[in-house]
Amino acid sequence: MPNDVRATAVKDTDPPFWVAWNQALASIRVRFWRQAITTAGVGLGIAFFTSMQIQRLADTSTDLGAQARSAWLAGTALLMCLVGITNSMLMSVTERYREIGTFKCLGASDSFIVKVFVLESLLLGFMGSLLGSVIGAGAMVAVVRMQGTAIGVGAWLQVVALGTGVGLLMTVVAAIAPAIQAARMPAAAALRVDV
Amino acid sequence: MAEVVVRTTDLAKQYGEGENAVHALNGVTCAIYSGEYLSIVGPSGSGKSTLFNMIGGLDRPTGGSVFINSVDIAQLTPKELAFLRCHTIGYIFQTFNLITVRTALENVVLPMLFAGLSPEDAEERAMKKLDLVGLGHRYHHRPAELSGGQQQRVAIARALANDPAIVLADEPTGNLDLKTGQEIIDLLRRLNQEEGVTVISATHDHKMLGVSDRIFHISDGKLERIEERT
Repeated sequence: MPNDVRATAVKDTDPPFWVAWNQALASIRVRFWRQAITTAGVGLGIAFFTSMQIQRLADTSTDLGAQARSAWLAGTALLMCLVGITNSMLMSVTERYREIGTFKCLGASDSFIVKVFVLESLLLGFMGSLLGSVIGAGAMVAVVRMQGTAIGVGAWLQVVALGTGVGLLMTVVAAIAPAIQAARMPAAAALRVDV
Repeated sequence: MAEVVVRTTDLAKQYGEGENAVHALNGVTCAIYSGEYLSIVGPSGSGKSTLFNMIGGLDRPTGGSVFINSVDIAQLTPKELAFLRCHTIGYIFQTFNLITVRTALENVVLPMLFAGLSPEDAEERAMKKLDLVGLGHRYHHRPAELSGGQQQRVAIARALANDPAIVLADEPTGNLDLKTGQEIIDLLRRLNQEEGVTVISATHDHKMLGVSDRIFHISDGKLERIEERT
């Protein structure tokens, strides 16, 4: 019986990589404005974080109180940016539970579904974090220069790299956690979810 | 007697625990034959949709078993279940559920790629399926650019992508006007008669019951009556 699952060797049934890649690209291209808002959410959080980092570097006073204040600001900025990114990505994944359920009905494996969301969040996270880092750090470099403190290009690039790395990591983690949960759900449950 | 494609034994589904538990299905035993056009009817809350989800391997029962081609689907790993959905079952929904970011052709191609076809073969076969449902000329349109009836045709072509043994249709005419609904029913009936596709459909639609070979009447989570039609 050709349809007997047990009689047919169920190997790795995932389609080639480009199938997931094309799906991720289509999702970004067609939902461009929705995805742009998600990316802006990531970018704004990271811009805030990197600008606080630059300010901390600019603060050369030996006053312990002022140093503690800078560290506190930078820490708070990081926390706010993490919460902001998580919120953006949670929203953008949970509004697509039905799509996930549909993919399951078409025979997609759980790992294929997660792969699509990883690729999407890598692309969005990279764009958002890089833009946010460059803008946030750049703006604050200009501000502290007007106040008379010069920040070297090396330090500026370091902050941009840090911001991009933190943003990218957070975006991917915040996207795949709900995606894994949705992919493991029975298809009927994922299809029922209405957001 | 035709071959049995789906069999359930004492199938039960309970949502929630303890006093608040809802018994959506209370021991349904039935057999569905290859090539038949079966309708499942019952009021809302009767367990009709739950039975539909169980037969389609979309949800796990809390009691009893579902056998599809003699395989107990509770025994399958998630990967084997995905394989079963890909090769053996085609799904059609009231809300069409097309992948909104892909074109009609890409929607039909996707399950074929999951089944391991090359993109060239998949596109060729998908075009044949779209021609079969009368939408070959609109293959490059995305769902938002198609009418409800056209979207449902794409969904039917997609359900047939891997030549499944069973097509499961959940209120396929529920979101369509009368005339379009009738066209979809005629199409399903034609595919059933000409291509030998087993159609199992949950429905309220009287026109749909009219073309059925058999009707399962579900009430209070039980299979109350089986109506045979000639």
